[in-house]
Amino acid sequence: MLVVDIQKQLSHFELNVNFSVANEIVVLFGPSGSGKTTILNCIAGISKPTSGIIQLHDTILFQHKKVFVPIQKRNIGYVFQDYALFPHMTVWKNIAYGMKNESFAKELMKELRIDHLRDSYPSEISGGEKQRVAIARAIATEPDALLLDEPFSALDEQTRLKGHEELLRIHKHWRIPIILVTHHNEEAKKLGDRILYLHEGKIHNDKMKADLSLTYSSSTN
Amino acid sequence: MNYSPLILSLKTATIATLIVFITGVVLARLISRSSFKGKSMIEAVILLPLVLPPTVVGFGLLYVFGKNGFIGRLLLDWFDFQIVFTWYGVVIAAVVVSFPLMYQSAAAAFQQYDQNIENAAYTMGASKWRVFWTISFPLAWPGLLSGFVLSFARALGEFGATLMIAGYIPNVTDTIPLAIYFAVESGNMEAAKFWVIMIVCLGFSAILWLNWWSKKNMMKHIHK
Repeated sequence: MLVVDIQKQLSHFELNVNFSVANEIVVLFGPSGSGKTTILNCIAGISKPTSGIIQLHDTILFQHKKVFVPIQKRNIGYVFQDYALFPHMTVWKNIAYGMKNESFAKELMKELRIDHLRDSYPSEISGGEKQRVAIARAIATEPDALLLDEPFSALDEQTRLKGHEELLRIHKHWRIPIILVTHHNEEAKKLGDRILYLHEGKIHNDKMKADLSLTYSSSTN
Repeated sequence: MNYSPLILSLKTATIATLIVFITGVVLARLISRSSFKGKSMIEAVILLPLVLPPTVVGFGLLYVFGKNGFIGRLLLDWFDFQIVFTWYGVVIAAVVVSFPLMYQSAAAAFQQYDQNIENAAYTMGASKWRVFWTISFPLAWPGLLSGFVLSFARALGEFGATLMIAGYIPNVTDTIPLAIYFAVESGNMEAAKFWVIMIVCLGFSAILWLNWWSKKNMMKHIHK
């Protein structure tokens, strides 16, 4: 269980969110600039909240003025929006960089259909392949939670759909809290066990997936 | 022909550039991407020698390292060691004038790639040290190397500050730029011409090599 209750002053508004994620996929849904990436950065340890608490299972990762576990020690996988692959390393070296178990990493590559790209550099592979490498790289560290920042936004429709299936499959195998940021309506509904609608740093509703068909058809931009 | 100016120039410029490279890289990595109070002030001080006349830099160095200078006196009292009029002075002058070039190149090099690449490495559990050597340094390397070559060229060509702190002592502090000046002054145009051609060749080959190297390396390593 990942518990997030944080406040952070941003340039135009105050981010103030309170939610928890069990071993499920929670979608953070909202327009650009609503604070989605900041929330992920705070959970990962890249940014520091002004106040509040972040707890993953029994470990407190952040508590105002008391605890700040550095990024390296959080064991949280993060797939960045532009993937942030290491451009000077091959696909295999990218994945091996933080892996805990070599045979598991190799299995992951097979499962994500990137094993044939082992010796390619990120500049030599397609967008969909980059995204799969980024996911494999994050999962290979055997994280306790996974954050994905619009991982499908740069992909064409077909690749995107495949990506969705892969994420669901990974989640089935690897039941950990996953937070997915998107501003794609269909994607949010398809992948999220729950969807948190974020607007100017606040969560406006937190409903079960079944309730959402009406709400979100009008809120996409 | 006495080749001491060539040997002295290469020796002092190489030592100065190595010092400047290490300190410039460390300082740029620490300062350039963080924000703190007084950062602009520190950067202004670092870049100051770039805009000051070399004679002013030389004057400052004499003030600090001269017999009555703060550090100069300590060195003299404690170790009976003098920097003024020695090749150490040449190195110090070269360090001070070339440091801003290295710092600027390194700061730009550390800012030119996506910071999330480093963050990604941190999320995978890598230590700061490991991230620096495996991610930051290789990604900044083209910019760092060009800073290295520029600093070397600047160190090699240093004249004003060197003359102020090290003077012109044949076989001791006579770098190529100083040798040219004093050859002309004493009417020895042949010697002056020789050293001019020598230093033009050195500078030219450094730039050519850098261009060739960066073209080759950009294609090989930096895949974006």
